Parts: sequence; structure tokens; C-alpha cells
Amino acid sequence: MTADDLYQAEIVARAKSGAGDSRLDPHDARATVDNPLCGDRVTLDLSLAAGHVVALGHRTRGCALCQAAAETLRRCAPGMAPSEAPAHREALAAYLAGRQDLPERLADFSAFAPVRSHPSRQGCVLLPFEAFIEAAAMVDPDRR
Amino acid sequence: MTFDPAALRAQFPILARRVRGQPLHYLDSAATAQVPLAVLDAVRTHDAMHRANVHRGVHALAEEATQAYEAARGAVAGWLNVAPDEVIFTSGATAAINLVAQSWTRSLSPGDEILLTELEHHSNIVPWQLAAERQGLVLRALPATAEGRIDLAALPAMVGARTKLIAATHVSNVTGAVTDVAALVAAARSCGAKLLLDGSQRAPHGPLDIPALGADFYVFTGHKLYGPNGIGALWARREILAAMPPFLGGGEMIRRVTIERSTYADPPRRFEAGTPPIAQAIGLGAAIGFLSTLDWSAVAAHEMSLTQRLLDGLAADRRIRIFGPAGLQSRIGVVSFDMEGAHPHDICQILDARGVACRGGHHCAQPLMDRFDLAGTTRASIGIYNDASDIDALLDGLDEVARRLCA
Ligand SMILES: Cc1ncc(COP(=O)(O)O)c(C=O)c1O
Repeated sequence: MTADDLYQAEIVARAKSGAGDSRLDPHDARATVDNPLCGDRVTLDLSLAAGHVVALGHRTRGCALCQAAAETLRRCAPGMAPSEAPAHREALAAYLAGRQDLPERLADFSAFAPVRSHPSRQGCVLLPFEAFIEAAAMVDPDRR
Repeated sequence: MTFDPAALRAQFPILARRVRGQPLHYLDSAATAQVPLAVLDAVRTHDAMHRANVHRGVHALAEEATQAYEAARGAVAGWLNVAPDEVIFTSGATAAINLVAQSWTRSLSPGDEILLTELEHHSNIVPWQLAAERQGLVLRALPATAEGRIDLAALPAMVGARTKLIAATHVSNVTGAVTDVAALVAAARSCGAKLLLDGSQRAPHGPLDIPALGADFYVFTGHKLYGPNGIGALWARREILAAMPPFLGGGEMIRRVTIERSTYADPPRRFEAGTPPIAQAIGLGAAIGFLSTLDWSAVAAHEMSLTQRLLDGLAADRRIRIFGPAGLQSRIGVVSFDMEGAHPHDICQILDARGVACRGGHHCAQPLMDRFDLAGTTRASIGIYNDASDIDALLDGLDEVARRLCA
């Protein structure tokens, strides 16, 4: 597996979209997480209605994989329940580890298939999900 | 004393391997240097022929192992130009700094100050934070200049009667800047403080004369000095070591043990509790033996010409910013840079596919990254075995990064 597979046009395009600031104001929950290994940082906002994500926004200071993953999550998140955030992270981690296929809701992450052979980069793809989990945990219980 | 770059490369078997189908261009020696045959052979010969515990047995193997271990201590002492009984083997620079931070600081009082710098590796920050928490010490830090050096102009305002220690890197692992040690020595002397230098990045660039340098403590780590992992050293003057209480307790470091209390061995054994990393120490001794055959003025000229080639190549790309001295004055071949529109990890990944090994990230120097307002940099670091083809492979790789990610 080479850098060619990793930085295919689709990932680079999503990384470029993900480089912008799509944070939400107002928002119902916000969390910032750092990757202690590389210093990458994702700030992620959730806006909710009737117990589900209506919109997810983020500002990501990170590598192309992290930015592309945050952007992909932004597209997939509407309709997800905050309480499901940990399960989505596990599903993506299992996919990247080669243990299972992607669930329907995360189908867009198939663009990250080449990352399966780069274990050292899988944390980059998962970082936005760590932020999602933290933000989801902050959601007012009445709104979950 | 010789230096023939091609012959030298041949001494490092790993440089002959291919990575991702390409010749290996190893530009990450500041993280870990590769080991020459002399080191591989010394470690193997020790384990194959002389393996035994040290300082404990009277049988032949124990005698041989002890002799080899102490000879390695002598080699380290020679590299630093100090006495062997002032050299303590540790598992690395981190362990050496922790030893000082846990032991020497015991005599300090709440409110006493330790002066660090913004350029420090985390291993010269966190141990002092732990000591400060325990003892009520105050930590301060000299800022970094825009050029990535210690800002010496801030020194007068930062040292005072309460300053007990200045702990600074001898060479930055991010910017490659060589510290003006004389200025730190003068500041330390002016207030009666001690000076600890982290020589992890300096030691691989030639033999040292620590007494002439004027430091009170000096640490380095073996795996950056073309030696094995898991070995490093602390040097301190005899009278300082003699006054320091033990850090770790156990076998080897005692004089007499009863259930209630123990008395301790003299340094260096007092600070080498338990079975030390014997083969690693012997490997480090072999590394120093190997390095001692080189003509270091020729090595320095070689490393500097490669550094210039790299700096010139980077300066030619307007997207690239160098974090560190732009010239060769008081710097070594550790070069950090940032490329507009490309993240260090993406840069390193694309370089990796071309067989070029560089390091991207914060380099365990987050305060310095904060100073530059960066998450990380890409770092190329030059060792004795690098040649122009390594630099050119890196520069070609950066052209590809620009094409793919910065378009
Ligand atoms: C300047 C500096 N100090 C300390 C260290 C820590 O060395 P070690 O991890 O071998 O203890 C390093 C290496 O990572 C370094 O570059």
C-alpha cells in the first residue's frame, strides 16, 4: 500500500472541505479533543432536535486524514442519536482494523479503506469520533 | 582517524535494505540513530560468550561481563572527557533527568526555583513538574526566539537568589540550535545555581569536553549515539553525586542491608539499583569505540554540507517555512519545517512511500510548538551516514507533496 492509495482524490477533496470552519453557533454541545501523539485537535459542535443530531460542525487542525474524516462525519451525522456515538466509533475502528464491514450509516467511510493497512494513521480517522463522543456526553439529558 | 562516507555507510547494515520498494533514505537519526556492525557484534558477542550478571560473581563469565560493563563506563567517560566514577548508567536521557529531579532536588526548599526553557523536550520538563509538585518548587522557563534559540536576553530577569538549577537542552531536538552554554554557565554562577544540560542531541555530533563546558550535570541517551536502546548516562561532578540520596532502591546500590535500614554504596553504584542493562551498556561502549575512530572535523564538515544542501532546497520553495536557524552558525543538522497546505503526517506518509524516513509531529516539545502556534513540524535529521542522495530524495518527495496536497 502506498501513499497513492491513501491520498486519492476523494480523500484530498474531503480534506480540503474539512479544512474550513463549520462550527455551529448556536450549538447544543461542543467538545475539543487532542491527539496526544501528534497534537492534532478537533473542536466539534452538535445541534440537536427530538433526540437526534440535526447538524454537526467542526474545526479541525489536523492531517488530511483527520480533516477528511471530520468532514465525512459531518455528512453522516444528521439523524444519529448522541447515545450511539460510542457504537459508531467502535464500528469504524473495527472496520479500520479489518474486522468487519461498515454499517450502512457509515458507508461514506469506505473512502478510508486504504487506511486499513496503515495502523499508525487509524487514530487520525477516529479523532473526530472521540470529539463526537465527548460532545454527545455533554448533551443535556433532556435533549438526548 | 578517517572519514570515508561510502565506507562508513557500509558499516550500517540497515542502510542496505529497501523500504516500500525504494532504497532507504533515513533522515530520522535525531529520533533514533542506526547502529553499526561494531555495536551489533559487541552485543551478540557479549550474549554469546560472556553473558553473566555484573559485580556479583567470581566465575569467569561474571568477571568478563563486569570488566566489559566497566570498560563501557570508561568509554562514556572518554566521550565526555570526565572520570568514569562520575558516570552513571541509566536507561536513557529520560531516566537520567528523572534521577536528578527525584534525588538532587531533595535538598531544595519550597519556593526554590528551577529555570527551564521553552525549547525543552518533554523529558526535561515533566520530571521537574513532578519534583515541583512534591517539593513546592517554582518552575520558570526562558522563552524561545523567533529563530528557535533560547532567548538569552531574558536571562537576567529570570535568575535570582531562589534559582537553584538551570536545566536546558544543549541542542534543540526541533530547531537544531546549539545553546550558548557559556551564557548559561555565567548566569548559573551568578546566583549559585547548578546547570544541567540535556545532551541527547549534542552527543551524537562529536566528542565533548564537559569540564571545559562548565555544566554540573550532563545527560544523554545511547540510541541516538548509534548505540542500543535502553541505555543512557548521567554525568555529575563527584561531590554533587556524593551528596545525592539514592533514587531507586534495590540490589547493587547498597553497602549493608538489615530489615530496618540500609547504607548505600558510593556513586556510581548508589544510583544503579538492580541488574543494569549490561549488554546495552557494552553496545554503547562499542558505539563510542566506533565513533572514536572517526575524524570529527571531517564528519562535521560533511554533516554541515548536507545541512546547507537541505536548507537551500527548502528555502527555494515559497510554501516552506523553516523553524530554526537559517544558517549554519551554531546549529546541527536537525531541520524542522512547515509546508503551507500540508500537514506533517501527510508529508511524512508521502515521503515514506519514497523510502524517505522523516519525523512529523510535536517532537515531544509542545511548549515550543505553542510558541510557534503550530500543531507540529516535519523534521529531517542528519547523521554520520547520510549523503546527498538522501537530501535530494527528501526534496523530490516534497515536490510530490506540493503537487498532491497543495495544488
Ligand atoms: C533533546 C532530547 N532530550 C531527551 C530525549 C529523551 O531521550 P530518551 O527517550 O532516550 O530518554 C530526547 C529524545 O527523544 C531528546 O531529543
